[in-house]
Amino acid sequence: MDISFSREPDNTFLVRLGGNWNIAYGLPSAEQLQKQIGSTPAPERVAFDTRELRGWDSSLLTFLIKLTNFCSEKSIRVSNQGLPEGVARLIDLASAVPEKKDARKKSSRAPVLARVGEATLEAVKSAGAMLSFIGEAFLAFIKLLRGKARFRGSDLTWLIQECGAQALPIVSLVSFLVGLILAFVGAMELKLFGAQIYVADLVGIGMAREMGAMMTAIVMAGRTGAAFAAQLGTMEVNEEIDALKTLGISPMEFLVLPRMLALVLMLPLLCLYADFMGILGGGIIGIGTLNLSPVEYFNETVSALNVMQFTTGLIKAGVFGVMVAFSGCLRGMQCGRSASAVGEAATSAVVTAIVSIIVSDAVLTVIYDRIGV
Amino acid sequence: MENQANKTKARIEVRDLTMAYGSFVIQHDLNFTVKSGDIFIIMGGSGCGKSTLLRGLVGLKEPAKGQVFYDNVSFWDCDPAGQEAIMRRYGVLYQAGALWSSMTLAENVALPLDEYTDLSPSQINELVSLKLSLVGLAGFEEFYPSEISGGMVKRAGLARAMALDPDILFFDEPSAGLDPISARRLDELILALRDSLGATIVVVTHELASIFAIGNNSVFLDAETRTMLAVGDPKKLLAESNDPRIRSFLTRGEK
Repeated sequence: MDISFSREPDNTFLVRLGGNWNIAYGLPSAEQLQKQIGSTPAPERVAFDTRELRGWDSSLLTFLIKLTNFCSEKSIRVSNQGLPEGVARLIDLASAVPEKKDARKKSSRAPVLARVGEATLEAVKSAGAMLSFIGEAFLAFIKLLRGKARFRGSDLTWLIQECGAQALPIVSLVSFLVGLILAFVGAMELKLFGAQIYVADLVGIGMAREMGAMMTAIVMAGRTGAAFAAQLGTMEVNEEIDALKTLGISPMEFLVLPRMLALVLMLPLLCLYADFMGILGGGIIGIGTLNLSPVEYFNETVSALNVMQFTTGLIKAGVFGVMVAFSGCLRGMQCGRSASAVGEAATSAVVTAIVSIIVSDAVLTVIYDRIGV
Repeated sequence: MENQANKTKARIEVRDLTMAYGSFVIQHDLNFTVKSGDIFIIMGGSGCGKSTLLRGLVGLKEPAKGQVFYDNVSFWDCDPAGQEAIMRRYGVLYQAGALWSSMTLAENVALPLDEYTDLSPSQINELVSLKLSLVGLAGFEEFYPSEISGGMVKRAGLARAMALDPDILFFDEPSAGLDPISARRLDELILALRDSLGATIVVVTHELASIFAIGNNSVFLDAETRTMLAVGDPKKLLAESNDPRIRSFLTRGEK
């Protein structure tokens, strides 16, 4: 990339370009040359000599376009005659359509207050959208109760398998380990009082009332809630949902309802299973490290638990099922029409699900406390 | 005589239609009529609002203003049940086929029949095979949309759009993404459907070859003025229109 220049006697500024111009060697700056051209006395025209030029690509083009723009600002004529034919033609092409000034997006940031206002309006709007989604889901559910909802039974079976049986391995692992952890933490403290037998109570009640439902719901939020959002979002992108609508089939009944049903039916069952897996995990610690006998541990667990403990947990699981299915379907149906929107929908589904699980858990726990169960 | 009267009956009438996203107007004040048996082309450059207009016609996007009449019934003034009844009279072929990806081709075509008829499963199967063979996909019943080529997906989408024997068919960019031969075969299929079923057909496209091959009426949408510039037979528009924007579109910019 050799650049040299000279002022010719006929008031021409001659730029000699030589060597190999390749973007791999970087883009040369035109500033120095511009300074020279701009210095007095101003030349009448700029010409090029490229006999020494051995190769060129976009690096030469950007260099020349910068130079040409500079010259036209200073109203200095540029003669392209000395340039290779291809270069001259590409420069003509690049300058054929003048830059559309208003095409560029405004990058200036709005003032803070305006942005706060916009965010608030956006939040109000999304709360409204959420409410109308709840309403539509509720209407679809009523239609289901009246036996008028339209969806395919085979879809429901498939979904039940998908978010029931196929979730067993991961739910087993997570709840087993949670039971184990509960037992460990409890054992350390209870040992101080010689009350290690109460590890069985701790694990049993902890799993049945709280951890079984919560851990299952969180696993399902990541596993199934995200999958729902991605499935529905992709259907939106592919116009599959439009195709349902123009057939007069409500996507709410056809797609959302079976997903909600499947999760609401399966989550309590998974939760019950998780309760037992957790108790098993706790038992292994109790028997293995606290020198309790299996019979002792079993009897203590049975005496600590009653149907009420399980029922409170299962009710929670049912509510969490609604939350997970609702967040997944809501975000999926709200999805935009691009691949990145599907990703955002899946992420947002998991976040919404986990937040609503925790919030509804807190609310339910307070209610349980008030009514004394 | 009755047949003659039927021929010129307005199936779809668009009056003062304005489509907008919020305050951003896509197309305003559109007025045109699609007659029975027409192959009506909605044409215009990329981004001029052809597909948005189609969404307004098929009931996916409520217009900001104006009305769409199907056989003199205003679609957007109907209650949901009335809209559903109108929707059942037309079929839509979406740009990318929009087959339901979790179902086989047969299930895709069968779903509308399942929903809206009391036919037995075996009768439905017969109809499904018939529709698929009409579009040249006999034997592909058990394939999933992801297992067949783009052209086949479109044809399967057409089979699904025809499932309920609608007498109005909408096509959104039918030849987009197809090779010239497949595109021409689809054009021939569209002509055959019009001639044999007596269907009224609305096609959104910017494919000149298709426009002249099949269209007998059209509306030209302009992106700059955001409204329509002309209505009429595209061949006539080419021969007679003096508007430079229409001329340059219909001649690919060659003067």
